[in-house]
Amino acid sequence: MNTLQVGQGELIGWHDPDEHRAWVATHKSRALEDKRTTIRQAVAQYIPDGAIIACGGFGHIRVSMAAVYEIIRQRKRNLVFCGKTAVHDSDVLIAAGCVDRIEVAYAFGHELRGLSPASRRAVESGRCRVVGEISNAGYQWRFLAAAMGLPFIPARVMLGTDTLAQSSARVVEDPFSNKPVCLLPACYPDVVLMHVHRCDRYGNAQIDGIAIEDFELARAARRLIVTTEEIVGEDVIREQPWRTLIPYYLVDAVVEAPFGAHPTLMPDRYYFDEVHIGEWLRLSKTDDGVAEYFDGYIYGVDHFDEYLDLIGGQEQLEYLRQVEHLEAPLRAPWLEEKK
Amino acid sequence: MNGDYKPIELLAYVASGLLEDKKSVFVGTGLPMIAAMLAQRTHAPGLLIVFEAGGIGPQVPVLPISVGDSRTFYRAVAASSMHDVMSASQSGYLDYGFLGAAQIDPYGNLNTTVIGDWGNPRVRLPGSGGANDVGSLCWRTIIVMRQDQRRFVERLDFLTTPGYLDGPGARERAGLPAGSGPHRLITQLGLYGFDEESRRMKLLATHPGVTIDDVQASSSFELIIPDDVGTTEPPPPEVRRILGEIDPAGMVIGK
Repeated sequence: MNTLQVGQGELIGWHDPDEHRAWVATHKSRALEDKRTTIRQAVAQYIPDGAIIACGGFGHIRVSMAAVYEIIRQRKRNLVFCGKTAVHDSDVLIAAGCVDRIEVAYAFGHELRGLSPASRRAVESGRCRVVGEISNAGYQWRFLAAAMGLPFIPARVMLGTDTLAQSSARVVEDPFSNKPVCLLPACYPDVVLMHVHRCDRYGNAQIDGIAIEDFELARAARRLIVTTEEIVGEDVIREQPWRTLIPYYLVDAVVEAPFGAHPTLMPDRYYFDEVHIGEWLRLSKTDDGVAEYFDGYIYGVDHFDEYLDLIGGQEQLEYLRQVEHLEAPLRAPWLEEKK
Repeated sequence: MNGDYKPIELLAYVASGLLEDKKSVFVGTGLPMIAAMLAQRTHAPGLLIVFEAGGIGPQVPVLPISVGDSRTFYRAVAASSMHDVMSASQSGYLDYGFLGAAQIDPYGNLNTTVIGDWGNPRVRLPGSGGANDVGSLCWRTIIVMRQDQRRFVERLDFLTTPGYLDGPGARERAGLPAGSGPHRLITQLGLYGFDEESRRMKLLATHPGVTIDDVQASSSFELIIPDDVGTTEPPPPEVRRILGEIDPAGMVIGK
């Protein structure tokens, strides 16, 4: 194949497919084993400094904040983040000094709420470096290539743009159509953090609502930490096996974490906590505010349950359930500031 | 005049009018969502709305905050995945795609990545997100953005999302799907298309009370201004009422 263009972005998370097969053969157990553990243990065991990490979900949707906060609490350093519509997760991890490199499909913004003050300061001052650009479909398909055990996958995105020029993709002449086509290199994150609705002790997991890119991302991950709203019996899984999005052999750790996606949205369970996200957006305008937030909500607490008490406990969580089910109106401080 | 409407209501109304019944549209956060929801509640009840995180064919109850919000698959025909909807776009199922941008050039290329130098950014913006995919893969792209001389530029600081690149035939030469590209652009001043021959931006209509001089003065490149420039219709009261229902919290429309 004739190579027409080579993107200048840094290639992260790529492995030779045979090397990956060999790694899987020796590191991923096919045994049905009880993988229940604590988030402290899972993060300590599977996330070394310098690891390439990615979060399941999307933006402020179904992100394993229980795992993200634990990474901050354990003061992990020099992590590389897959910015696949990374919003709250990347913002707090960059602000906390855990992540210092990021490949960006979407980051540094909170969608309608505005831009991310803390991670923007970090990237504009050089504390966090963008290693490359990509698009959402581009990232999605990097994970698909990895899930398929392939070195790359072709796609018709990013062609002709600076997004491609600053990515790790290449353009070749397709031998079938003779047209230029973009080749997206596989991306195998070292560790993926994913929050699900229910899961058994072995890691067989179900997600309600949109899967987003978690089917592919779970299969691209080398290590997969699953946090779950509830741990269910094996029978619940086996009665409706068509609902399993993630089979157990992909999973390395299972952690029960009710409300573990807070303040992000958990479909059919609870809506975005706009009051809490608004507090972060307000405090993160200054480095002192960032320190105040982390001291209060992360370093100052031992466990995710204590954090849930600080954000308003059962009363606030019940309100978020009502908003999710369109039974209560949305309250959002960032909305007041927009007016 | 048709009463005291807000500029954002006019934009939503004009954008919504571009969408046809029984066609499909790929929408992003904010005004695009409002326009698609308005179309579905007025002239285009059979409009198929698709969201990048996997919501397909929802009956969106109130404005979602995010394109992955549960509202994006409320009473939908499918709660699917990004791979599914991006693949559908690549296969030609998506008629319209809706985008915003921080900068645009005469060929409808868009920047949402960086102001200043990429390696040493003055302002770091969020990046492509799904914009490059929508601009690459949908048949017709509609762009909604604010217009001024800093945003309408001859040369972008960063080309995030392809418009017509550097002119006629350039998309196809780059390997992008044949026959796709920017269709319309809506700003607070007017409605634009792209000239068939040169693929450069062309004024189609100004909003009520806006002059052609205002339009040209708010662009740092020369616009194609034909003789028969029209005027857009202000939003009727019924449309303004529906917009209030779509966005009861005033997230985009305001209070």
